[in-house]
Amino acid sequence: MSAGKIKVILSKVGLDGHDRGAKVVASVLRSAGMEVVYLGMFQTPESIVKAAIDEDADVIGVSYLSGEHLVFTPLIVQEMKAQGLEDVLFVAGGSFPPEDIPTMKAMGIDEVFRGGSLSEDFVNYIRSRAGEKEA
Amino acid sequence: MGIKDLSPKELAQRVLSGDRRAAARVITLVEDQSDNANEMMKELFPHTGRSMIIGLTGSGGSGKSTLIDHLISRFRAMGKTVGVVAVDPSSPFSGGALLGDRIRFQSHSMDDGVYIRSMGSRGYLGGLARATADVVRVMEAMGNEVIIIETLGAGQDEIDIIHVAQTCLLVLTPGMGDDIQAMKAGIMEIADLIVLNKADLDGANLCLRGLEAAVHYGLGEGPGWIPKVMPTVACASKSIDVQGVDDLVKGIMEHQEFLYETRKIDEVRANRIEQELGLVFKDEVEKVVFAGLKGTGKKQGYIESIRAGDNDPYSVVEEVLATFLKVENLE
Repeated sequence: MSAGKIKVILSKVGLDGHDRGAKVVASVLRSAGMEVVYLGMFQTPESIVKAAIDEDADVIGVSYLSGEHLVFTPLIVQEMKAQGLEDVLFVAGGSFPPEDIPTMKAMGIDEVFRGGSLSEDFVNYIRSRAGEKEA
Repeated sequence: MGIKDLSPKELAQRVLSGDRRAAARVITLVEDQSDNANEMMKELFPHTGRSMIIGLTGSGGSGKSTLIDHLISRFRAMGKTVGVVAVDPSSPFSGGALLGDRIRFQSHSMDDGVYIRSMGSRGYLGGLARATADVVRVMEAMGNEVIIIETLGAGQDEIDIIHVAQTCLLVLTPGMGDDIQAMKAGIMEIADLIVLNKADLDGANLCLRGLEAAVHYGLGEGPGWIPKVMPTVACASKSIDVQGVDDLVKGIMEHQEFLYETRKIDEVRANRIEQELGLVFKDEVEKVVFAGLKGTGKKQGYIESIRAGDNDPYSVVEEVLATFLKVENLE
């Protein structure tokens, strides 16, 4: 389906105000030819999913830097399911213990990129998976 | 069955019932100029043409998005549903875009009466994206009573907005130049309302006077709409410090009344259709011609002959068009 451009909704969720990483990722994805809708800070799972619906997004990207990843990941997955966005890719970046990654994946997130990831890692991942995910 | 499996007709039907996922999908297909887009637009078109369409243009950072956030609130308070199309520039190098207007519309993020769509300009000049006119039609078809279009941060000549919007707002800020700048042709001439945002900054009063004078000198012959210059303060740490927005809404409504009372609205709508017709023609003719040339090697031949100095682009296009018009029997 993705004859057009890959559209990404990028945001931070909850009260975490460390937005530098999200802004860097937004710029990298833009330079990789994607259309990035940057929602900024203080989003909720509901506001992120609603934006993804309106924008017909291929990808939801969230930046976690304050230990909120185990709280919000299942809430976002749940809201995506409730709104029928099973075919939208859900990825997160940020800072979290490696041992939490299997837990996050079990919760339903598609992929995670910890600090130190190379930009080509997540750019290539999104390029290969966006629009291809089965509902 | 997912939304991606629906036929063009089914998708269009869902848009007409106000389904925002269907509308979102149709907008993507229109943006991508997919093969089904025209089929869907045919279904939707009869259900469009009745909304109030407001356009905002002006330089990047002048406060267009923040003003729109307030306008949405005012129209929602009147009980109207609102659609917003926000265009930001696409990179000429990567084709990507950072669409950052939505971040200003946070207060409406959970309101089902508001549909917001961000668009990259995708190389289209004029301050809008190629698909903007169609996207506005889709938003009309899904039942939005007011549609607000935000151009990308436009300079002096990005005036496509007048072909789509009924009421055009030009958003300026103090410190952007003297009265000579305000007297120049182009973007200054298309404004029905000139908004001087950030009017709490130094120099705002002088700027306001310069703009009012420029409007006065620039008036054409005969009776008509006199553009109003309206100071606003859209961004404030306390909402009580927001200024001028109520007057701005009043100004918009007065201009709309003017359009209807003088029947100028018919002219505006006809102008919009003429523009859309032109765009569709251009696209379709190009498609037909390139499809015809595809695989024949002729296009490469033409390019080579022009490069070698044996031909020129004008003669080539004349020759190709003459052939095609004959084939299609279009006199």
